[in-house]
Amino acid sequence: MAFAELKAHPLYQPLLLGFMTLLASATLAWASSATRQAIAEAEARDLRDSLAQVLPEAFADNDLLADSADIDIGNGNPLRAYRARSGGMVKGVVFTVIGKGYGGEIAVLMAVDENGQILGARVLKHTETPGLGDKIEIAKSGWIDTFTGKTLASANWAVKKDGGDFDQFAGATITPRAVVSAVKGGLEIFDRHKATLLGTDTREERNE
Amino acid sequence: MSTSIKTLVKDGVWDNNVVLAQMIGLCPAAAVTTSGTNGLGMGLATTAVLVIANVLVALVRNIISPQVRIPVFVVLIASLVTVVDMLLNAWLHELYKVLGLFIALIVVNCAILGRVEAFASKNGVWPAFVDGLAMGLGFTIALTLIGLIREFLGSGTLFAQASQLLGASFAFLEIRVHENGGALLMILPPGAFAVLGFLLAGKRLLDTRGNTA
Repeated sequence: MAFAELKAHPLYQPLLLGFMTLLASATLAWASSATRQAIAEAEARDLRDSLAQVLPEAFADNDLLADSADIDIGNGNPLRAYRARSGGMVKGVVFTVIGKGYGGEIAVLMAVDENGQILGARVLKHTETPGLGDKIEIAKSGWIDTFTGKTLASANWAVKKDGGDFDQFAGATITPRAVVSAVKGGLEIFDRHKATLLGTDTREERNE
Repeated sequence: MSTSIKTLVKDGVWDNNVVLAQMIGLCPAAAVTTSGTNGLGMGLATTAVLVIANVLVALVRNIISPQVRIPVFVVLIASLVTVVDMLLNAWLHELYKVLGLFIALIVVNCAILGRVEAFASKNGVWPAFVDGLAMGLGFTIALTLIGLIREFLGSGTLFAQASQLLGASFAFLEIRVHENGGALLMILPPGAFAVLGFLLAGKRLLDTRGNTA
């Protein structure tokens, strides 16, 4: 049989492998280009939802996603800040801070108004112990809302066990400690780079 | 191996169950089964990939030379999973947010490669399709069962957040059995091994009983 002979030819195997990987790459390229825009839109929608959660209702009248800036905060990693404007004036900024939790990084999205008061905070991503550390999620408990309204000066930025104002969880101190210090760090960044973050000083800013 | 549908289904669900008899694919079986919903989601996603991979391999089985079959299968499965991942992310984004974590894990699920190698590469498209469905069903049942037991013992709920996976009309599945939290250990990795061990022992017991009776 001709096909069996062909299959036995030494060249058949590399050619078959090459053809298969070519086919696979073509399929992947097609899928990637077909879905790129839809994925970007879906992710923008997710981000918009998260942004809406940390800002009070009707706080901003602009599209925050279109009004972002990468700010150099001096540690090599630019901080992406979204500006909330009302009537053209910057009223607050939203940015993400990272805390070092028990199981890995904890990403906290926080909104700060022009006076350095926290408008809201949400944990975006974490890998803390289910049942113990995951009370930092809004779906599990309202703990994260205790940050709302706090400023750097108005609170004692530590968990109660360390003499601060924030509750720790039964069996989990490292997780809330990490979130508290991450949010505190966020406020300190705001304090140091207030002018750049609010866009009143445009020197170090790199616009999108 | 007989190719009649009944044998294939019985084989996939019970006699040759991926998790409980072949004992492969244990990584996802242990890692994601912290709740019944997670187990079900992983099971369904794996079933979809298993069926498509089986059919694809059955289609091309005659042009694949035995020497390079494994790399060809690996390329096929990896591309397939990546495509499914991208399509879900784009068009079923809400579902993707729940399942997204599991999809990438399917690539390393040796149950897929195992079925493709052991069955689809030697059988026609239709039996391969049925085999994929039956094996996937067995995998789904095993994962959902492990998930439900761990969830019940560990957090006192059944099918928590099922409506996020299956839609709001399935909210009735979400049951809170007891309020006292439960044993955290069952939600942590050791719980998966313990539950899996007891399930394996239980299945063996049933099988031996069936044989001696």
